[in-house]
Amino acid sequence: MIQSTQSELLRFTTAGSVDDGKSTLIGRLLYDSKSIFEDQLESVRKVSEQRGLEHVELALLTDGLKDEREQGITIDVAYRYFATPRRKFIIADTPGHIQYTRNMVTGASTANLALILVDARKGVIEQTCRHAIIASLLQIPHLILCVNKMDLVDYSEEVYNEVVSEFRSFASKLDIKDLRYLPISALHGDNVVNNSTHMPWYKGPSLLYNLETIHIGSDENLIDCRFPVQTVIRPHSEEFPDYRAYAGKVAGGIFKPGDEVTILPSGFQSKIKSIDTHDGSVEKAFPPMSVAIRLEDDYDLGRGDMIVRTHNQPSASQDIDFMMCWLNQNPPRPKTKYIVRQTTNEVKGIIKEVYYKMDINTLHRLEKDKSIQMNDILRVKIRTTHPLLVDPYRKNRHTGSLILIDPATYETVAAGMII
Amino acid sequence: MQTYTLDHLKELESEAIYVLREVYAQFDRPVIMFSGGKDSIVVSHLAKKAFYPAKIPFPFLHIDTGHNFPETIRFRDDLVAALGVQLIVGSVAESIQNGRVIEERGFNASRNTLQTTTLLDTIEEYAIDCAIGGGRRDEEKARAKERFFSHRDEFGQWDPKNQRPELWNLFNGKKQMGEHFREFPKSNWTEMDVWQYILEENIDIPSLYFSHEREVVERQGTFLPFSSFLNLKPGEEIVRKKVRFRTLGDITITGGVESNAVTLEQIVTEVAASRETERGNRADDKRSETAMEDRKKEGYF
Repeated sequence: MIQSTQSELLRFTTAGSVDDGKSTLIGRLLYDSKSIFEDQLESVRKVSEQRGLEHVELALLTDGLKDEREQGITIDVAYRYFATPRRKFIIADTPGHIQYTRNMVTGASTANLALILVDARKGVIEQTCRHAIIASLLQIPHLILCVNKMDLVDYSEEVYNEVVSEFRSFASKLDIKDLRYLPISALHGDNVVNNSTHMPWYKGPSLLYNLETIHIGSDENLIDCRFPVQTVIRPHSEEFPDYRAYAGKVAGGIFKPGDEVTILPSGFQSKIKSIDTHDGSVEKAFPPMSVAIRLEDDYDLGRGDMIVRTHNQPSASQDIDFMMCWLNQNPPRPKTKYIVRQTTNEVKGIIKEVYYKMDINTLHRLEKDKSIQMNDILRVKIRTTHPLLVDPYRKNRHTGSLILIDPATYETVAAGMII
Repeated sequence: MQTYTLDHLKELESEAIYVLREVYAQFDRPVIMFSGGKDSIVVSHLAKKAFYPAKIPFPFLHIDTGHNFPETIRFRDDLVAALGVQLIVGSVAESIQNGRVIEERGFNASRNTLQTTTLLDTIEEYAIDCAIGGGRRDEEKARAKERFFSHRDEFGQWDPKNQRPELWNLFNGKKQMGEHFREFPKSNWTEMDVWQYILEENIDIPSLYFSHEREVVERQGTFLPFSSFLNLKPGEEIVRKKVRFRTLGDITITGGVESNAVTLEQIVTEVAASRETERGNRADDKRSETAMEDRKKEGYF
């Protein structure tokens, strides 16, 4: 069967704790959508047999590194791909235990949807809350809570309703735009691809149907026009002697030729002359399109500048409050001038203040605990050498996010969601 | 109602263009690793789009094992000329001559592993700080863990357990002297995406990808093309088959599949129906369970 070339891309992240059936679920989605190849399955089957397992360990499909396979753990975010005739899917599969926050945050940063699994027998546990909080913090627009292992509770509607109401009361404290619930059995396939015959009381669609149809067209900010300049295209060729265009990926809003724009940080005003691509000029540019914008006036823009609509500008600030997830095994060194990367801009910044640490299992603010360790999420303030052009992360995930890079090791040590 | 969404190929294309522009902005001497295979051809196509109407601002780097399909070399030279880019060739034969590596012996001898030394030597010689590749995460389980911007230490090695976290599209290409990066703009593409894209964009690819008749030897469940580089095992015989190649590497390790597909449409249909991964016909991956990870850690593509 030829897949339609006209299909959208949905990126989702999966989270769950050990043994809640996450690997089985992913394995089933891949297998039922025919995205597992015979030779992959054969190799997994062989390794499972060598280990004396009675079942085919589908986790081996995602755990690719030698250490992972030997120790039976997932070390890092693994990306998996599958497609149905309706959509293409990218799964960022994150481990539930080791470095959980760091990996979950990484996987969540590009996701449209979070899939959280709970074991129907155990109900909502600490990890469930932690995953939901991270999904909310990272502003993943859609969240599906899968109550798994329904087969082990006799497909009981009562048990399911209990888990759902438990989660619902917790989730009321969170900022999740679209929240859905689903009773499934990943092992037996109930409500995964096909509707379950064991749970006639569940009238909703299957998980795959949800994944295929959830509306993701409004996930990007189409209101506030933001175009961070990546680089300048100047061919200096005979054919294009004076061509100068600003290359970048639209981070928000819809740009059109003729639009009155302001260039930041200079504040110069101009008009969009044309929006170019290799396939010709386009009438509209919106996220996540990569284009090259030409302006009517000859200003000298460079990387880190931003083209915005004149009457709708981001704030320019050197004091930036954000929720920070610390990603490195070493805590921050005092007074370090971190490299701050935000959109295409790069400045230096010092952590000036730590307001509180967040208990990511309960959402409580720990005002007295300001120590910074790997996997911690804290509210902090940095002071930067130059102003950054920022929007609140809630409004725009592209202009509201930043990373900190250690100036000595060049490692990415922190991720930030601007408040 | 007007919708503001891209179909998946356009979104993947846009992501790749963004990444290529980031490479240009963050590095001094990047190159595109060009093998003549479909993935590196698609990367060149994306690079053309990313900087149009300017030329591709990166030279092409070809690690030449000397064990090539002649068609691949012709294709490479034509493409380089058409794009007007510089071509850097790292020669495995030279590495052997200089004593940097020792040629493998035996029936399954290939220069695949030797390429790593030549690649790292060439990277050092030309002070290359970023090598752009066509690798995809769906290809192989070790590659599933690969970053868009993948750090290599001063020995060219990859440390999969200690990779930099990669968040949003904020890529960190900072490095110490002597270190370099590998960069994969097509990380999120699948084999199917690549073929659909080649079809949609009507990209020229070597004739080897289409079904043709040639002399082959059946070995380890795949049809290896017969060439002067192949040592026949006792009992092996040369047969003529209608085959095509799903990947193109060294002629000694790239197996063909029996196929009648002579158009891009037919290839797409065949790929969609295929129940084997494309690398299933690569002898280099069959050496052990973690052959790819082991080679990658050493500095392989």
